[in-house]
Amino acid sequence: MKKVKIRYRKNANGTSSIRLNFFDGYETIDGKRKAKRLIKTLPFHLFTSPKSKKEEKINITYKKEAEKIALQWEKTLLKEKISLKGNNVTKLKDFQLNSKIPEGNLEQKWSNHKGKINLVSPANKRLIDVIVVGTGLAGASASATLAELGYNVKTFCFQDSPRRAHSIAAQGGINAAKNYQGDGDSTYRLFYDTIKGGDYRSREANVHRLAEVSTNIIDQCVAQGVPFARDYGGLLDNRSFGGVLVSRTFYAKGQTGQQLLLGAYSAMNRQIGRGKIKMFNRHEMMDIVIIDGKARGIITRNLVNGEIERHGAHAVVIASGGYGNVFFLSTNAMGSNASASWKIHKKGAYFANPCFTQIHPTCIPVSGDHQSKLTLMSESLRNDGRIWVPKNLGDVKAIREGSLKPTEIKEENRDYYLERRYPAFGNLVPRDVASRAAKERCDAGFGVNKTGEAVYLDFASAIIRYGKEQAHVKGLDENNIQTVKKLGKQVVKSKYGNLFQMYEKIVDQNPYETPMMIYPAVHYTMGGVWVDYNLMTTIPGCYAIGEANFSDHGANRLGASALMQGLADGYFVLPYTIGDYLSDDIRTGPIDIKLPEFEKAEAAVKAQVEGFISNHGKKPVDYYHRKLGKIMWDKCGMSRNEKGLIEAIKEIKELREDFYKNVNVPGKANEFNEQLAKAGRVADFLELGELFAKDALERTESCGGHFREESQTPEGEALRDDKNFTFVSAWEFKGAPSKAKLHKEELKYEEIEVKTRSYK
Amino acid sequence: MTLVASSIGRKVAMALSGIFLVLFLTQHFSINLLSVFSKSMFNQVSHFMGNNPVVQFILQPILIFGVLFHFVMGFVLEIKNSKSRKVKYFTYKGRANASWMSRNMIFSGIVILSFLGLHFYDFWVPEMNYKYVEVLPLDQNRYFDELVHKFVSPTRVIIYVISFIFLSLHLFHGFASSFQTVGVNNKYSVYIKKITTTFSIVVPFGFIFIAIFHHLR
Amino acid sequence: MNLTLKVWRQANSESKGKMETYQIADVSPDMSFLEMMDVLNEQLMTQGIDPIAFDHDCREGICGMCSMFINGEAHGPDRLVTTCQLHMRKFKDGDTITIEPFRARAFPVIKDLAVDRSSFDRIQQAGGFISINTSGNTQDANAIPIDKHDADKAFDAATCIGCGACVATCKNASAMLFVSAKVSQYSLLPQGKVEATDRVMNMVKQMDEEGFGNCTNTGACEVECPKGISLENIARMNREYLYASVKG
Repeated sequence: MKKVKIRYRKNANGTSSIRLNFFDGYETIDGKRKAKRLIKTLPFHLFTSPKSKKEEKINITYKKEAEKIALQWEKTLLKEKISLKGNNVTKLKDFQLNSKIPEGNLEQKWSNHKGKINLVSPANKRLIDVIVVGTGLAGASASATLAELGYNVKTFCFQDSPRRAHSIAAQGGINAAKNYQGDGDSTYRLFYDTIKGGDYRSREANVHRLAEVSTNIIDQCVAQGVPFARDYGGLLDNRSFGGVLVSRTFYAKGQTGQQLLLGAYSAMNRQIGRGKIKMFNRHEMMDIVIIDGKARGIITRNLVNGEIERHGAHAVVIASGGYGNVFFLSTNAMGSNASASWKIHKKGAYFANPCFTQIHPTCIPVSGDHQSKLTLMSESLRNDGRIWVPKNLGDVKAIREGSLKPTEIKEENRDYYLERRYPAFGNLVPRDVASRAAKERCDAGFGVNKTGEAVYLDFASAIIRYGKEQAHVKGLDENNIQTVKKLGKQVVKSKYGNLFQMYEKIVDQNPYETPMMIYPAVHYTMGGVWVDYNLMTTIPGCYAIGEANFSDHGANRLGASALMQGLADGYFVLPYTIGDYLSDDIRTGPIDIKLPEFEKAEAAVKAQVEGFISNHGKKPVDYYHRKLGKIMWDKCGMSRNEKGLIEAIKEIKELREDFYKNVNVPGKANEFNEQLAKAGRVADFLELGELFAKDALERTESCGGHFREESQTPEGEALRDDKNFTFVSAWEFKGAPSKAKLHKEELKYEEIEVKTRSYK
Repeated sequence: MTLVASSIGRKVAMALSGIFLVLFLTQHFSINLLSVFSKSMFNQVSHFMGNNPVVQFILQPILIFGVLFHFVMGFVLEIKNSKSRKVKYFTYKGRANASWMSRNMIFSGIVILSFLGLHFYDFWVPEMNYKYVEVLPLDQNRYFDELVHKFVSPTRVIIYVISFIFLSLHLFHGFASSFQTVGVNNKYSVYIKKITTTFSIVVPFGFIFIAIFHHLR
Repeated sequence: MNLTLKVWRQANSESKGKMETYQIADVSPDMSFLEMMDVLNEQLMTQGIDPIAFDHDCREGICGMCSMFINGEAHGPDRLVTTCQLHMRKFKDGDTITIEPFRARAFPVIKDLAVDRSSFDRIQQAGGFISINTSGNTQDANAIPIDKHDADKAFDAATCIGCGACVATCKNASAMLFVSAKVSQYSLLPQGKVEATDRVMNMVKQMDEEGFGNCTNTGACEVECPKGISLENIARMNREYLYASVKG
């Protein structure tokens, strides 16, 4: 060790931080001699003047550890021959993004990789603890499989039961390249559709792996007793979804997410019963604990009694979903939050593509200011429903006044704008395209409800079509409109009954008789924590799966792919790739939660909680959340422009400052306190929102769910800029969202020719 | 044993003893009905029932056990059930989702139990006294007159009528419910429901008819 | 519209609770019941009163977290809905609405209207699963055809959201509808038949240990169930249980 020196620096609190100083001679820049230097601060501290034997012992261990790291670091630096420019002071995390995509043909990458990675022997798995945060499809399936493999799993969820995670609300279905319908589907086609649907902003190798394991998911779920829809021959049925030309979506009426989640939940229950998973309900993850640069545990708050707890583990898996609730109004659950992801981001995990958000075209429109959330109507409705607005503004006015019913408008006076603009895909264009088209019509004044923000989704022609089919099958009069309608309604009911019922309960209109009103709403976030091919974040030992990571959907997700990704990550990917990392940990032994890192993290969490409670401001948490949501929707919503984004960044920052000054959190810290929990989540959204806008500002192209007004074709279609933006934006936290540093992961397409996405 | 120790087991025991009592009731009713048509036939059958050793020393103890079991179990379940919700609701709209009969089996049961006390006092105790305590001579023709004699008092008839109305209510839920408990709920259940409903109306009101018939004679 | 709300307030599981009365004005009929509660809570906070704690999450009737006993009925007066989908148009101006938590010995109150339903989880952990490993190395999904009618019935049973309305509404606080829904789902599918005996015995045992009451077939659970789970499932579970007991 010649070039790296270890330096200690006294801190105010009685500890000394350890810095590694890499010195590589001098260079002359602008006539001045400057040292070529690289500094790295280690994430653990020494006791400046140890007071006990124990403290001395800790010091010795850490010094040894520092030497080891220094040696390793020097080796890497010399090997990689990193050129040092100027007085370059960098921190630990400042390394080149390495997505660790395996070598070889695309088709063989995953099987090769699985064959080569390190494994942990069954006997050693018993010595290793893994924490999983979140119990949606990804979290529950990962917990179950990790436990099945033999790891000791601790799983956390904020709800009162793991079964309530928001995956349960997914309606339409799950994709798999089974080709049961014989309509030409294949792993390649699913892979291709997903990349194309994602507007060429996803990582090729990850998507191909997803397509490969998709078929296993269906086999697994059926074996678990998931009651998928079947045809009269007893075989599995499929339906079609937006953005594809085959029927590959497996479904269980409009409750596919529920059935899949309950399947994963049952697999988890089996392991809880066996004692391999320890389940913590009503616990919120407050922070991650990093020791020696590795994720070694989390700090949680028990939501029932407010206790702050420490939990140690050899690896931490974040499966806490997306950040759609940054918009306040979204189809996410009320409790859905980004805190786990954001907390790890602040501790060193890069956050990728935050501006890629999916706005779902078919949601129930907002009814008033009191609205607390939006309800999705499954995309599967677009299989049979036709979307339209009146052609004439006069009719629109009459409808809004209530003097005209939509059913009274003649066929020639209706504008089926999706069928008009996109004849090939019609009503089944991808979600981003359908959403923008709806907004375009409503902005032009054709919105059909009081607020002018709704379009029709009409089932009348589907009812007639199905009715005639049934009448023919049953040998009844195909021209008798009453019989046909009655039969048609039965078919529609059997397909979408629960959705229609839900619509009727919320809107108080009968969708069998009058067209539904729908409008786009925030639904899913493609962006998330940056992960490599192994699904590990930039914090060693910290993984992110499911919607929480960014990897598979690029700039836009296709329908029925979220369930697929969650289960693929949880059942079939993470449990194997995590072994590669954990194989180094078989001698580590249990993680000591009395280490100073835990103490420090816990103290910070307690300080934040106390801060909220003792703030005694004037405005409730929801006031800030609503306001943030409005900024996001208006300026970072379906279409974005430079001016708006700059304003958004400024406004969010101001709002955040006001939040910390004036927020009112009633009650105490040591009790069931919903407002307190919400305050912590909104605090994180207030930071995330700013990074979101910053990312959107940086990406001046339009792609997928991200539409920049500056970048569109003369017809108003999104215009991608592949030359300058074929990369993943991975943001590093530098103390504040505004200071975040951008890292780029170049996207290379070896198998696929990057083309303009067209659904015309 | 696990069967009786479990909640489902107890319920099944309740249902089976209930069905057994329904069978007994049918038999009792058929014999009583004879009194309306033919005095001699009624006396003949009553005498058989009262003196046949199989009926007296095998069926009668089983019946008594069945009755006691049904009642004791009913109370055990009621106590257990009320313990399963310690703090009661301030507002509980039971009628919105369940019939009065199903929610008040314990009350209709208690009324029937009280009636049985009276009934035993009226018929069974004198009968036992006649046959086994005082050991009076066999009389093949006394039954009909004893029956008619009991229905002279209007108070007793009114008590009978009220009790049988409660029996009807009890059967209305209990009979059909016993099928559900033993696991019969399928496409034939509508017919079962029709049969049990008819039974729970016809039999108790038949008894009422017999009482009034003899009272008015 | 203007409403009077009588709400159960209880600081924590140990303390004794009582009903409190609040007034709320200008409620829009388009609001969901929980949105009305949000408005009430904001109002309480401005008055310096602790907001009412209640469980809720997805607000689209599928997660099963919301759990209020409104005017004497689980999830309120509307049928086939959870509290989050109950809309204020079901009430009239000037109404008095009583709001209580789901009450059962097995559902202890945590605070105000929030109750602990982890007993349901424990019942599921006792046997509510099919014991196959999650490696994905199973046979092809279409290897065993399943009668559509059975598959549909299994699905209908599987739509249970585990909200606990059946327990809350049952005069005996019985959990039979919940348990039978899971038992039915698996016993109707060939995959689940293998361990049907153990499953039903274990789940019923756990159910009894949790302190739920006995079923007396009042049928209230079926009426109040937001997902319309059928009583047929209870009969099926009884059948399975009897068979399993005899089989031993």
